[in-house]
Amino acid sequence: MSSTQIILSAETLNIQSCISWIMSPESGGIDVFIGTVRNATKGKTVLKLDFEAYEPMAISEMQKIAKQAFAQWPVQKVLIHHRTGELQIGEVPVIIAVSAAHRDAAFDACRYIIDTLKQTVPIWKKEAFEDGDVWVAAHP
Amino acid sequence: MKINVLAFGVTKEIFGSGLVSLELTNDATIYNLKYALEQQYPRLKQLASYMVAVNNEYALPGDTIHERDEIAIIPPVSGG
Repeated sequence: MSSTQIILSAETLNIQSCISWIMSPESGGIDVFIGTVRNATKGKTVLKLDFEAYEPMAISEMQKIAKQAFAQWPVQKVLIHHRTGELQIGEVPVIIAVSAAHRDAAFDACRYIIDTLKQTVPIWKKEAFEDGDVWVAAHP
Repeated sequence: MKINVLAFGVTKEIFGSGLVSLELTNDATIYNLKYALEQQYPRLKQLASYMVAVNNEYALPGDTIHERDEIAIIPPVSGG
């Protein structure tokens, strides 16, 4: 489906190429969410993150989310790019981009996509601290 | 029947491997699988939660497992 682009990649994500792909003459608004690696969690210095994915299922769950966004809002294109592997502070693990005729649909769908991705897509991140590594959300 | 179970993230560390094999009865359910795994790897019970995926779809506790299914343990996800 040319209106959806989903990529799971071990290479650096390219923000400009995502924006180029999502732009079209029919669109009146584009909403882009860029996730970046933050240097601290709960006041503790983070050195880097490591992302692991169950790749075939991660792709199929991201496809489901995109499909649901099309079902729920009048959006034109949906792009979801997610990284795997080791990321340094400031690097980009995720880019969501949505285009629509009007901004409300683009904003709402983009928010839905990132929120749902964080709940359902089988991707895991490990935070590296000075005193060891922790799989995020694994333990209560 | 013998089944293979894929593991990721923290569960890969708990299992000590990304793939473990397990012997289950032929009509085993997800619930039976979780019970068997927890006997063998008690640290699973310390997780906030975990799901099981069968053939790339989240499964329910009562779902039956078949010999050639692709089974994966899904600890709490944290993408994005």
